[in-house]
Amino acid sequence: MSDFPFLSVLTVAPLVGAVVVALLPRSRPVLAKQVALGWSLLVLALSVVMWVTFQVGGDRFQFRESYPWIPNWGVNFTFAADGIALVMLMLIAVLVPLVILASWHDAESSKRSVPVYFALLLVLECTMIGVFAAADVFLFYVFFEVMLVPMYFLIGSYGGHQRQYAAVKFFLYSLVGGLFMLAAVIGLWVVGGKTFDWVALSEVDISTGAERWLFLGFFIAFAIKAPFFPFHTWLPDAGGAAPAGAAALLVGVLDKVGTFGILRYCLPLFPDAAQWFAPWALALAVIGIIYAALLAVGQNDLKRLVSYTSIAHFGFIGVGIFAFTTQAGTGAVLYMVNHGLATGLLFLVVGMLIARRGSALVSDFGGAGKLVPVLAGVLFFAGLASLALPGTAPFVSEFLVLIGTFTVNKPVAVIATLGIILAAAYVLWMVQRTTQGTLNPALTGIDGMKRDLNLREKVVVAPLIALIVLLGFYPKPVTDVINPAIQATMEDVGRTDPAPSVDTVQEAGR
Amino acid sequence: MTEFVLPPIDYAALAPILIMMGAAVLGVLVEAFVPRRLRHPIQLPLALLALLAALTMVVLNADKRVITIGVIAIDGPTLFLQGAILVLAAMALLLVGERAIERGGAFVAQAAITADSPDDRRQAEKAGGAGEVYPLLTFAVGGMLIFVSANDLLTMFIALEVFSLPLYLLCALARRRRLLSQEAAMKYFLLGAYASAFFLFGLAMIYGFTAGLGDRAAGVDFATIHAAVANSTASPVLLFAGMALVAIGLLFKAAAAPFHVWTPDVYQGAPTPVTGFMAACTKVAAFGALLRVFHVAFEGARWDFTPVLGAVAVLTMLVGAVFAVTQTDIKRLLAYSSIANAGYLLVGVLAPGRDGLSGTMFYLVAYGFTVLAAFAVVTLVRDADGEATHLSRWAGLGRRSPLYASVFTFILLAFAGIPLTSGFTSKFAVFAPALDGGQTWLVIAGVLTSMVLAFPYLRVVVMMWLSEPGESTPTVTVPGGLTSAALVIGVIATLALGVAPGPLLDLATGAADFVR
Repeated sequence: MSDFPFLSVLTVAPLVGAVVVALLPRSRPVLAKQVALGWSLLVLALSVVMWVTFQVGGDRFQFRESYPWIPNWGVNFTFAADGIALVMLMLIAVLVPLVILASWHDAESSKRSVPVYFALLLVLECTMIGVFAAADVFLFYVFFEVMLVPMYFLIGSYGGHQRQYAAVKFFLYSLVGGLFMLAAVIGLWVVGGKTFDWVALSEVDISTGAERWLFLGFFIAFAIKAPFFPFHTWLPDAGGAAPAGAAALLVGVLDKVGTFGILRYCLPLFPDAAQWFAPWALALAVIGIIYAALLAVGQNDLKRLVSYTSIAHFGFIGVGIFAFTTQAGTGAVLYMVNHGLATGLLFLVVGMLIARRGSALVSDFGGAGKLVPVLAGVLFFAGLASLALPGTAPFVSEFLVLIGTFTVNKPVAVIATLGIILAAAYVLWMVQRTTQGTLNPALTGIDGMKRDLNLREKVVVAPLIALIVLLGFYPKPVTDVINPAIQATMEDVGRTDPAPSVDTVQEAGR
Repeated sequence: MTEFVLPPIDYAALAPILIMMGAAVLGVLVEAFVPRRLRHPIQLPLALLALLAALTMVVLNADKRVITIGVIAIDGPTLFLQGAILVLAAMALLLVGERAIERGGAFVAQAAITADSPDDRRQAEKAGGAGEVYPLLTFAVGGMLIFVSANDLLTMFIALEVFSLPLYLLCALARRRRLLSQEAAMKYFLLGAYASAFFLFGLAMIYGFTAGLGDRAAGVDFATIHAAVANSTASPVLLFAGMALVAIGLLFKAAAAPFHVWTPDVYQGAPTPVTGFMAACTKVAAFGALLRVFHVAFEGARWDFTPVLGAVAVLTMLVGAVFAVTQTDIKRLLAYSSIANAGYLLVGVLAPGRDGLSGTMFYLVAYGFTVLAAFAVVTLVRDADGEATHLSRWAGLGRRSPLYASVFTFILLAFAGIPLTSGFTSKFAVFAPALDGGQTWLVIAGVLTSMVLAFPYLRVVVMMWLSEPGESTPTVTVPGGLTSAALVIGVIATLALGVAPGPLLDLATGAADFVR
């Protein structure tokens, strides 16, 4: 079974599904939804088989496939997955069907074609899988850029208030980052002996100056994508304007391409430059944690608020990556998964709330828990997961990041910990103002607010809640997959974990 | 008195040029002697057939590497570029020959009638189109074929005039907005005449420079110039001044800044099929000549001209990108985009070696297909007064006609350089050899201007898809078979060269060797 070309099939399958869905007549929206859902479930099933087939402790890269594409430039369709890519692929496969189910009625409110909406979601899935599965730098770049197009139309055509502005801003920011990366990709190709193969490139010795410039080219693209402070301003606009399902994918998966890219490309390909730039990257990450958390506290728009919380969380991931310890690195990757689940859930629930109220403003709610208790409960749970309450999955990853960082860099760990307090502030205050307290009289007159979660919505949230709790108590299946990949990455960078020692106190005192 | 010896002539090598010129003369005769109603049905197939025959001859010549009668070099780049010009001209011809969109086509029968007079308006509504456009276009193509194969500056100059004069005329023949069209032609003609004069002056100086060669006679053929650059005893001022003036003449045709000012006006005023023809074929011809002049004749002075041409390239990219942002007319926007693309092409011209040469040639073909498809769409978006080129009129086009809006979106994404379109592969094809050759600053300028340039393209996409259609949103005319064919060819080529550029790259790499 391990000979089965999982990665290329997984990449192509959603695209085929998208074509099928797009060709369905506009007058048959329900059929389009069903086909899209069925197709994404098929992808999920295949991913599960792939997960089971993956040999923990086996080769670093598995399921490798390679087909020639543009021989003149040494470009191949090379796919391969390490543990990090595998968990991200799994996250995509889980989220997409849930998002399709959650977006069941999203496209109907706009005057646009319903089948096209679901086709775009499937195209997005194709490009997301491709970007994580690619092991050829050129191929990665292609998916990285093409990914923008379906997302642009999802935001621009089906989004809410200010969707045009948000879509253009999203596209331009990402394109600017992508073009920096293009320059670096070409540079890497030139110094790397005209090949795009990741394995070959990781063995090339690059001069210090060139390495730093190339690192910077890649890093800017990924920092915009992730996004890190100060490249983050597009995310609240895009997240606020996108339909809830698309926003869940945008923040839950798309942005992880940035952090994944840093782990897969910036660190192993330019190890010395990565160490040289690490203090700067850590500084940006820490500023992001505090700054975005403060902005999140002050937000009145629910979707923008969740977007800002994500920027803060990406700060944590950045800290975990640039601490260069196995614990912190594993924590960062686990954080990528858990954040996808928790923030995905939060976005979807917030979307359900907004769809009922017809407004995304926190001030338009108040005491909503009295009308829709189950929905309010799920929102509360999602909020708690998002602030990394012990017992939920994000706690494990946040804890790993912080202790992994503390062993090597105490000030950063301490400042980052402050972010947890702020997280409690923005989440709890948001939950309090929307669902607790006295009932906002305006809410009683709205029909939507009288309906609590229906079966479809329960089916959407249940798996996510289950996964968050499960991974909160038993993260081992995921960490086992991540750990070897992170160890290999740290070896590439040339950092080893500090040996545990009783003298740490003294060392700190020096 | 020495006997005059007729130089041996390789007729097969010259066949594409002879076919186009012959067809053009035949076209003039048809125009003179055939009844009016029969002219169009004869002219269009005649021109198309000539293009196909010439293309066949180019393919049959594929392995030829000769310099015939001393002035025409038939080698890899010549054949590749001649093939490109012929294919792109055939596409442009399809647009020129379209009669289904507008009665009588995009061209006016009697351009001499006072513009905007009642007679003129009657003519714009009713009269059939001019048949002269076919011989004019065929002459222009013939001139371009000579231009890219010319192996001395004098032949190059004559070819320049042969393909420019018909273009000036073609620009003046728009059926609608005739004043604009005639103004454009006048501007193009005057500025073009200046540019030709510069070229000629430079030629004279180069001739003077080659006189410093002790062991051979002075001349303006590229082998002599090449030898003179290496070891002429004449003042290098003559070389530099001559090189600069010749470059001005060529850069004018290539629409590079600061010699670009005619481009937006002419692109806007000329009948759209002619604009497409200029954007695709003139570009190929101009850059073909630039490549030959700088890679063959002046190769020895690479270190001297690279900084200057590099500055011109950066300026061109900047001007094209920055001014494209402020445009409100789709044809002017495409004009500035074409200027910026001239800048990217110059990056390829300056990239040393075979890779730079083949990358530039690949770029020319890829860009030609895309830009012709773009102008094909522009001919379709119309209202009662003809083409609706103001950008505000394109608002909500995605709702009115999703098919054409999708096609145009795809074309714009290609211009913006999104992967899986030829726009991306062609940018890679010129940037990679430039970086390889150490021209990092040009690549960085190219990347930065690409960012700026993405904005105007995206604005059009936003206009078409994200705005609601208004009262004045024009309808998209159902195209006739010819325009559809051109559009389909352009879009498929843009996609194919983006997804599988391998074969054309192989062809370009195989052809990237000049005979000297």
